[in-house]
Amino acid sequence: MQPSDFEFLARVLKERSGLVLTKDKGYLVENRLMPLVRQTRCKTVADQRQAGQHGDADLTARVVEAMMFKDTGFFRDWKPFQHFRTVVLPNLLAARKAKKNFRILCAGVSTGQEAYSLAMALDQVRDQLDGWSPEVVGIDLSTSALTFAGEAIYSQFDVQRGLPIRMLLKYFLKDDDSWRLNDVIRPMVQFKFWNLMDDLFPLGRFDVVLCRNVLPYFDMQTKFAVLQKLSRSMTDDGVLYVGQHEPLSGVSPSFQAVDASLGVYAPQRSDAAKLPPLALAR
Amino acid sequence: MKKCLIVDDSRIIRRVAAKILFELGFDPDEAEDGQKAIEAARIRMPDIAIVDWDMPVMDGLSFVTALRKMPGGDKPIVIFCTADNEVHHIERALEVGADEYIMKPFDSEIVRSKLTILGALD
Repeated sequence: MQPSDFEFLARVLKERSGLVLTKDKGYLVENRLMPLVRQTRCKTVADQRQAGQHGDADLTARVVEAMMFKDTGFFRDWKPFQHFRTVVLPNLLAARKAKKNFRILCAGVSTGQEAYSLAMALDQVRDQLDGWSPEVVGIDLSTSALTFAGEAIYSQFDVQRGLPIRMLLKYFLKDDDSWRLNDVIRPMVQFKFWNLMDDLFPLGRFDVVLCRNVLPYFDMQTKFAVLQKLSRSMTDDGVLYVGQHEPLSGVSPSFQAVDASLGVYAPQRSDAAKLPPLALAR
Repeated sequence: MKKCLIVDDSRIIRRVAAKILFELGFDPDEAEDGQKAIEAARIRMPDIAIVDWDMPVMDGLSFVTALRKMPGGDKPIVIFCTADNEVHHIERALEVGADEYIMKPFDSEIVRSKLTILGALD
């Protein structure tokens, strides 16, 4: 690939998704785009670049789609989900007792595993949620990942990464070599096509936000902007989960650490009348 | 160092599993069937047992059933690791006392995640 091709693709990706491609990722560009090259009339990455420059918006969107990072897993890293189950969820049940509703956002939900993990965690306390209407919303910029997430059919490899075997038996149906999420958990999550670079207000306010393993792909300026948007879309006592190795110290004043080792943060509010954070054990 | 007993009639699987577990900080021991695994557990009760289903002499189900009746045999974390991936196999393994279940083929990421779930990794 020519350096000019790489620069073009990196610019398109940054503009459309905020994701940053560093020069050492040249091999990744070739690997991810070769299937697209085969599907289209373009013979090379350079041809795709030409098509993109000449206004082929669909192709540009497909290039961005191909370059999206989709790695995820059920209960990824385990401990943050244990924190949600043992600390945040009981606090939510107490703090939202009057309105019987809370909302969870999975930003960069990819193929849905983390959102469904939360839905399964909610199902574990189903007897306490009688009459409640909790919402789990997953957003992503990849239409193929969102389609996959909505279908909720996972490979044997997918369901073995992080999912306890008893939960596999309880919530999935075996279908040849695949595992299909059952009709109890699947409808608990809504998936929406949404760009984190865009305004999040139309999605409403969230009590819990997961934005794990997304921020490292952004540059500092984009991280700052995305974290500001996320903070504004959260309740004052809300809780943000980022990846365990994505410290926000020095990155954004929008959040304060609750337990940085687990990637748990609370929105930083200037007003004095602050609610006790959901992220702290009571 | 936590002790891990790998019970599988395939030398290659035992070798792969031992490498993964050693890299995760365990001291792996090996047995090629359930009977040899019982003898190994009598000498040194493992903290974790990774157990295949189909083996000559004594299969995995019989081994786990016997292990759970041995003095101290309720302690080890038992993970079945087998190509038998039907739901009734998994249910049966849990009934006899397995804690987790890995469907072959597997990799280090799957082993790590199962051990994390079970609280066996620091």
